[in-house]
Amino acid sequence: MRFSIVVFPGSNCDRDCAYVLGTVLKQDVSFVFHKEKKLPATDCVILPGGFSYGDYLRSGAIARFSPIMEDIARFAKSGGLVLGICNGFQIMLEASLLPGAMRINKNGRFICRDVFIRVENPNTALTQLCGLEDRRVLKIPIAHREGNYFAPPDILEEMKKNGQIIFRYCDRQGTVTDEANPNGSLESIAGISNKEKNCFGMMPHPERASESLLGSQDGALLFRSLITYLSGQHF
Amino acid sequence: MPRVDVVVLPKEEVLDPQGLAVLHALHSLGFTEVKQCRIGKVVRLEIEGGPERVEEMAKALLANPVTEDFAIVVKSGEEK
Repeated sequence: MRFSIVVFPGSNCDRDCAYVLGTVLKQDVSFVFHKEKKLPATDCVILPGGFSYGDYLRSGAIARFSPIMEDIARFAKSGGLVLGICNGFQIMLEASLLPGAMRINKNGRFICRDVFIRVENPNTALTQLCGLEDRRVLKIPIAHREGNYFAPPDILEEMKKNGQIIFRYCDRQGTVTDEANPNGSLESIAGISNKEKNCFGMMPHPERASESLLGSQDGALLFRSLITYLSGQHF
Repeated sequence: MPRVDVVVLPKEEVLDPQGLAVLHALHSLGFTEVKQCRIGKVVRLEIEGGPERVEEMAKALLANPVTEDFAIVVKSGEEK
């Protein structure tokens, strides 16, 4: 499958994503510079992590006006798969491709460590293999200062109703507790989708957990899900 | 040139960890009369012509309507 990884000034997980998708998972990968106006022919767009525009103003606030974002919005609207990881998630929120907003972590600090997340909806392109392989609790690292998810009550209700809450922070056993919530996110939310389930955003970094050498391959499960979905083996 | 300050603050209902940390620090310094502290930012614009479109700017970019409120303060061009 053809993956497009968008490179903003300050992206720093673009190469990691390309390594996992291209070298580990043997997919076609191309980088798309943020100044481009059009995506190449592609099956899935990845907005990688990093600090686009130095996180100036708010994380993602300036990147969302990059020239390429217009074509990404068009691609998303036509049903194309878009995955935003960390800063990519923040950019998607700012661009209204996903509902809600990020606040500074509850403890005010940058947090970089492994966390456990529970798959709340295994019936999506991103998570279908978690259901099929019965792996509902994933160990994937986070690295962010603004990952404290927020959505107004009416939006949150609608998201719950539509199964848009994809991941919640949990403990090793898969129990969602306040202690296992690293950043104060509303209802321990770690990842969401849009109503149509073709746009995904998550704060944990699956590209940093895609080889056993790195301590976890749970992230690769999510990329493999996308590939399986795109290959037509839908759930 | 007219100067406009756009003051951006987290909404009342949104947790503000920076504000809370500073509130606690003020209390520990003995400034116990402080009951609330919220931290935002000031975006200072110098504008040719009038400030009519500043609200539009604030809504489009300077503030995030999900988590932040903003106020527009127009100052005279002579101030230093």
